[in-house]
Amino acid sequence: MSERLAIETRSLKKVYGSGNTEIVAMHDATLTVRRGEVIALLGPSGAGKSTFLTAVGLINPPTSGQIAIGNVPVLDGPRPLVNLRRFRRQHIGYVFQKSNLIPFLNARENVQVALELNGAPPRAARRRALDLLAELGVADRADHGTSMLSGGQQQRVAIARALANQPSVILADEPTAALDSHRGRQVMELFQRVAHQHGAGVIVVTHDHRTLDVFDTIYEMEDGVIRRMAPLSTVLSTR
Amino acid sequence: MNLAAKDIQHNFGRFALTALGIGMLLMIVMGMGGIYRGLIEDATLLVDRIGADLWIVQRDTRGPFAEISRVPRSLVYRALAVPGVESAREFLFHTIQRQHHGKPLRMSVLGLSWPLDKGEWLPLVAGRPLAQNHFEMVADTSLGLRLGEQIALGKDLFTIVGITTGMVSSGGDGMAFVTVWDAQAIQFDMPGEAIRLERAARERRSQTQDVFLSQPALGEQLARPTAELPGITAPQLSAVVVQVAHAADSARVAAVMAAWDDISVFTRSGQEDLLVQGMVDKARRQLGMFRVLLTAIATIVMALILYTLTLDKLHSIALLKLIGAPNRVILGLILQQALVLGSVGYGIAYVVGQQLFPRFPRRVVLTNPDLVQLAVIVLVISVLASLVGIWKALRVEPNEALMG
Repeated sequence: MSERLAIETRSLKKVYGSGNTEIVAMHDATLTVRRGEVIALLGPSGAGKSTFLTAVGLINPPTSGQIAIGNVPVLDGPRPLVNLRRFRRQHIGYVFQKSNLIPFLNARENVQVALELNGAPPRAARRRALDLLAELGVADRADHGTSMLSGGQQQRVAIARALANQPSVILADEPTAALDSHRGRQVMELFQRVAHQHGAGVIVVTHDHRTLDVFDTIYEMEDGVIRRMAPLSTVLSTR
Repeated sequence: MNLAAKDIQHNFGRFALTALGIGMLLMIVMGMGGIYRGLIEDATLLVDRIGADLWIVQRDTRGPFAEISRVPRSLVYRALAVPGVESAREFLFHTIQRQHHGKPLRMSVLGLSWPLDKGEWLPLVAGRPLAQNHFEMVADTSLGLRLGEQIALGKDLFTIVGITTGMVSSGGDGMAFVTVWDAQAIQFDMPGEAIRLERAARERRSQTQDVFLSQPALGEQLARPTAELPGITAPQLSAVVVQVAHAADSARVAAVMAAWDDISVFTRSGQEDLLVQGMVDKARRQLGMFRVLLTAIATIVMALILYTLTLDKLHSIALLKLIGAPNRVILGLILQQALVLGSVGYGIAYVVGQQLFPRFPRRVVLTNPDLVQLAVIVLVISVLASLVGIWKALRVEPNEALMG
């Protein structure tokens, strides 16, 4: 495994079903993300992007291949090499398209809960949650219920929660799908900022080509295979 | 951060209604236990209050409460003659149902052994004990009679001179206390027409039987009132209650009396056992079955509600697992809600029960051991009820959080 890598995957393969019903969702997916790097993962629906993301997120292990996070080998095929739940709690942040937040907690508590689950004392967790919300520009909504937040505010709170335990990796699955272009761009720029400031490797699955300039590297996934794309100007000109 | 408390706060209305429903169910369970305790207390109340050491009743009967017992008045004097007996009193007990102010009035009449017993031992809340040997009555408040009110029983009019509280028979009927003479008059009251018919029948028999034909004076005797006829026994008592002297041995006194062939003797605890085991046992078992059923229903309802509450939270639970919440956090969330639901339900049951139970027609007695027992049962059923929800929650996969 290389130095300063946030994520390294080798030859990931995911097979659903068996025999006549066998479907290969991901095949030989190899990827590295450095700390502080933000990469976009493009691809049509059914290409295997979510399968890849959930495999890297340690919630849907691959059938074969290896995953290392922060230079720590965590999965060898479906076999866990660490306590996955604890590892997720300490090293991975998640942001998804919608339903990101726990509805019976307010904005601050949604961030605070991630900190407390990781062992932070309630008072310190509360303070850090407020700091993160302030950093993401939603401090004034800290005590609001999730239903009182706009889509953009909800995503900011989700990003704050993802950052709470200073993870090595942030995984985002179409985080701007429910947002208008202005809000979408703001969120993508947030990823870029937090990745650079906090040194996390960020993978964003997106269909939003208007924000591709934010990413350091762009990958495309098709038929379960990941490949690095041409420079951004080429990508944009062909779309 | 207490996730269970946050979820309850978020769904407060639904949680409150659910707790109220559980509380009502538990109140019924609590009430059933209270009714049983009330039955026991009512059954043994009179025996306790009278405080007799020995009860002399008709041979081979379980009287005077569990079944009818008839003993002669002279038994009082026989009992007094036994060494060690401090006092012996007449005891008459029967239940009647009459119309009063157009409504049925059911009462258990207890005859006091005037003048030895004027009812000084009764728990009076108004008025006084009996002051004359006829036509006065001390009534329990549950009968709804007022002080000074008059009530016609048999051919006599009784004035209420005292009001007691909590004096009910094992059947739950309010008690009325009169002298033994009055109690007998009420019990053996016959309409005038029945008396005339009886006399006519006697006269008719006197015209056909040789003994009356040969002794005409005997036939003339038959026209006199029944109570004056030497051949007809006087009205009998239900029992004789005996107080044993402090220095005497109750068992020895009882053994002497038990040798008499016409009576049976019970100690106070023996009499209480007869009442509890004979009269209350079926009711106890009946109520016990209902309590078990209601507890099972409360458990099922709680389990269903907790399961539904868990289903509503599956996405949140998946999200919690996704961000690394250990199973004990998820388990704690559901278990704590179950325990809060059970505890709040129990509290509601107790508070509402305290207001409602005194309005019940029969006494509902909540004792501390019963309340503690029910509290433990509620804790157990809360844990049991949470198991289905916990099972469901632990099966949720974290990637279900991604499904929106």
